[in-house]
Amino acid sequence: MPAGEEITLFGVPTQALFGQLLIGLINGAFYALLSLGLSVIFGLLNIINFAHGAQYMMGAFAAYFLLQWAGLGYWASLLVAPIAIGVVGIVIERTMLKRLYHLDHLYGLLLTFGVALVIEGVFRNEFGSSGLPYGIPSQLTGSYNLGFMFLPKYRAWVVLFSLAVCVATWYVIERTKLGAYLRAATENPTLVQAFGINVPRMITLTYGFGVALAALAGVLAAPIYQVNPLMGANMIIVVFAVVVIGGMGSIVGSIVTGFGLGVVEGFTKVFYPEASSTVIFVIMALVLLVRPAGLFGRTA
Amino acid sequence: MPAPAGADVAETAAARVPRHQVQAFAAMVGVLVAAPFFVYPVFLMKALCFALFACAFNLLIGYVGLLSFGHAAFLGSAGYASAHAAKVWGFPPEAAIVFGTLVAALLGGAIGALTIRSRGIYFANITLAFAQMIFFFAVQASFTGGEDGIQAVPRGTLLGVLDLRQTHTMYFTVLGIFLLGFLIVYRAIHSPFGQVLKAIRENEPRAVSLGYRAEHYKLIAFALSATLAGLAGATKAIVFQLASLTDVHWTMSGEVVLMTLLGGLGTIFGPVVGAFIVIGLENYLAQLGAWVTIVQGAIFVVCVLTFRRGVVGELGRIIRKPL
Repeated sequence: MPAGEEITLFGVPTQALFGQLLIGLINGAFYALLSLGLSVIFGLLNIINFAHGAQYMMGAFAAYFLLQWAGLGYWASLLVAPIAIGVVGIVIERTMLKRLYHLDHLYGLLLTFGVALVIEGVFRNEFGSSGLPYGIPSQLTGSYNLGFMFLPKYRAWVVLFSLAVCVATWYVIERTKLGAYLRAATENPTLVQAFGINVPRMITLTYGFGVALAALAGVLAAPIYQVNPLMGANMIIVVFAVVVIGGMGSIVGSIVTGFGLGVVEGFTKVFYPEASSTVIFVIMALVLLVRPAGLFGRTA
Repeated sequence: MPAPAGADVAETAAARVPRHQVQAFAAMVGVLVAAPFFVYPVFLMKALCFALFACAFNLLIGYVGLLSFGHAAFLGSAGYASAHAAKVWGFPPEAAIVFGTLVAALLGGAIGALTIRSRGIYFANITLAFAQMIFFFAVQASFTGGEDGIQAVPRGTLLGVLDLRQTHTMYFTVLGIFLLGFLIVYRAIHSPFGQVLKAIRENEPRAVSLGYRAEHYKLIAFALSATLAGLAGATKAIVFQLASLTDVHWTMSGEVVLMTLLGGLGTIFGPVVGAFIVIGLENYLAQLGAWVTIVQGAIFVVCVLTFRRGVVGELGRIIRKPL
């Protein structure tokens, strides 16, 4: 793209425009990863995992602890932290959520809300509200000069890597046999169980996987935002709106709307900064008027 | 209760209020009248405002089966409206409270019209997102004072006669407003309208097939709930002379769920008991910082797992009469 520092687009310097576009893509990557995890969980368990933000925060903290206590760096954390937090999720599912499946699904929401309060309270008690620093891995420091802007390597990595994770998740669920079981169990768990599939175990693992996705997002976020006990609480409400817009339980919907809304939010910061924190909610209201089930959702 | 009750049946049921409920109501009024002479009145006023808020919320979850996770929007925006009216426009307190309540009613009507078609988890999620929209609006709008909120709101003189700067005068005004709201909720629940709501909760398609326009009933209930939540918020702003972001934040929406759940979903007195317990707990744990959140979260978990009837629900089960 032939552009220089002095060139403007719609009266905005291109540098600012692309800078915000990049920030939008980064936010979008986190929205997509988090809403994808929520969608996977919602699809099978029919609960909104209110603890998702807390689990995202725990992922970032896990990366921080692994570095401080075990000397494990970023790359190891990228694998170990999601597994560890995923196991925490499995424990939550086995000990608590499991008991609520026969009740109204709202109780699952309330339970995970309580769990989120406890987790966030404990972390806030231990670490206060200020952030802890977490460095960018040495391989990804610095930035590319694209001519019209500088692209920090780590940010490019976050966008590409989360996109890859999203596509891989989509592939597994929509195109493999395991995914077929999962989708079948979403439609009719009793029948799938009658065919000899261990549905309760599948539910447990699905919850663990969704939580692991949240933790993975947390590890990715740690070098960009600081590791902060409240990082999840601030994020999760926006992600809920993203999920509503995309259509709850829709895999493609959460990926596309996640990235898309991140970009929309970034552009809003350029053209009308006052609305940047509300724009997603305004879009949500408009989408609900036209398509109550969300952009990609099946009618409930 | 699979069969929706007919309107004429409801009429006779509503005509006589069960004696144990009258007794419980009298006991509650007695305790609340005597309380300010023994307990710190400011604490009581706070608890009463939240009790009204929880009663309004309970109207929706307990009798329509809709969990709103965005009720802070109504509490908070009514608080801002009444604080602004009292401070900037110089409204007398009664007019400021009415104005704040009206704002919440309008907002409730608008948000309700957009959300009422969804149900269950969808409804919870969407109301939460709308409330967050209101929150960000409150952060940015100039009249709300951002992080500072609207401070030093004058309490004024009620109807030009009663000086609300007197703590006890203020207290009995708040008590009056609370009892008004409480009785409105009671009347609504036990009217033919309330019977239709319960029918919709139990079996919506059947209620529709009987000719009831379920969405209209639900919307009216939502707007009424928002209005009463607004009444609580508007009163709270005058009492504490403050309208701030805390009241519009989503944690406030969570808190009212906790109060109602702990007291007993769908019970008449549950929200009041729940509000007093939660506010008392907050008062007691205030110096422990983040522990308030941890304890609240733990209560949530315990209530959901083992204590779903709540305090009053369990009491009602023991005496085998609905309270």
